[in-house]
This record gives sequence, C-alpha cells and structure tokens, in this order.
Amino acid sequence: MRRSAIVTRAIDPATLMAEVQSTEFGAISVFAGTVRDTNDGRSVTAIDYSAYTSMAESELESILAEAQDRFGVMGIVAEHRVGTLAIGDVSVAIVAAHAHRGPALDCTRFVIEEIKKRVPIWKREHYADGAREWVDPTARRVATT
Amino acid sequence: MSTVTVQLFASYVESFGGPTLEIPLDPGSTVGDLVHSIRSLPGAYVLPESPRVAVNRRFASFDQVVDPRDEVALIPPVAGG
Repeated sequence: MRRSAIVTRAIDPATLMAEVQSTEFGAISVFAGTVRDTNDGRSVTAIDYSAYTSMAESELESILAEAQDRFGVMGIVAEHRVGTLAIGDVSVAIVAAHAHRGPALDCTRFVIEEIKKRVPIWKREHYADGAREWVDPTARRVATT
Repeated sequence: MSTVTVQLFASYVESFGGPTLEIPLDPGSTVGDLVHSIRSLPGAYVLPESPRVAVNRRFASFDQVVDPRDEVALIPPVAGG
C-alpha cells in the first residue's frame, strides 16, 4: 500500500505506523521531522509552512512510487504538514515497511532527502526577537519583518 | 501576443509584490524566454542563476515550450522537511 498527503492537522507517526503494520513485515522504519528551537544560532519560536499544494501532492506521490520501486517496500506512507507549527510539532513523517530492516531504513532516508529537493514546500521562521525570515537552503535569505 | 499567468509562492510573493505575474508570450516561447522576461521586472534580483519553473505541476526544462493555457509557477528554493 502507498499513501501520501499534505495536511493541515497534527501528524501522529504512530497512526501512520499502524497503517503499514502487518505480520509479514520484520521492519517498519519511521522518520519524523520536528520543529526545533534554534537555527543558525537564532532562537526560533514557530515556523509557518506553506506549499504549492497541488504540485506538492503530486511530487510527494511520485517520490513514494519511486521509493517503492527502488527499495521494494510493501507499505509506505508519508505526510507533510503546512500551517503554523510550534516548537516540537511534527512537520513531516514517513513510514516504510519491509520484511528486512535495510531496505526500510534506506527508504525513509531516500524519501526525506527527495522531499527536501523536490517538493514545493517553504518555511518562514519566527524568531524570538520578532523577526520572520524565509528559510533558503541555498543560503540566500529574504527578511520580511 | 498572448500572456501567461505565472504563480508565485513564499518569498517570491513579497519580492514581486503579489501572488501572480502576467507575462507576454510570443508563440513558441520557452520557459527560458519566460524567465528572461521575468528578469526585467522589479524584484527579480531574488532569482537564482537558474530559477526553477513548474509547468502543469511538473518541473520544466528551460527549452520546454509554454502555452498560454499552461499552469506555470516560479518555484523558490524549496525548504520542506
């Protein structure tokens, strides 16, 4: 089975894990990305996630399909959240199930790395000093406050 | 000459001053031609050397021909996860 979604509600990795659970699998790899309280030495208080939703949904689905082909995982689910997230909130969760641990672990790593390259989602960090900035992994930043 | 609507997101909305751009399009124009036109607009200083463009919700190469009815988006550096 395979399912992917861009969501506006809280993500519960345990729920995703339950979706793929089966007695035929010896391994379920779970990756959860969470909002941390610092970035580049600055104190972060929250993050706004936004997306080009229709494309983000199709890119995420394509990534999971590629991952299934590449690693032979029988169950794979991924959700990415958008909206304003608090420190500690889960922003993304990926679960992959396989008979053995190697492909399951490799699969979740592949999926999160591809999400970071290809899925049109952006984040704007809120800092303790009141500033807000778009995060640009290519290192160019745009101050908005 | 027709025009194509280019959707903007995240930092590009602020840099270009709105969520869309209307760009003139000659018949046979490519994604590269579109980017060249966008570079003449105020706010274009934020664009990287090779900005990513999506056509109909898929990343497009610079030699892809654009139709005025296509769904075109200028994609800022992504930062999911």
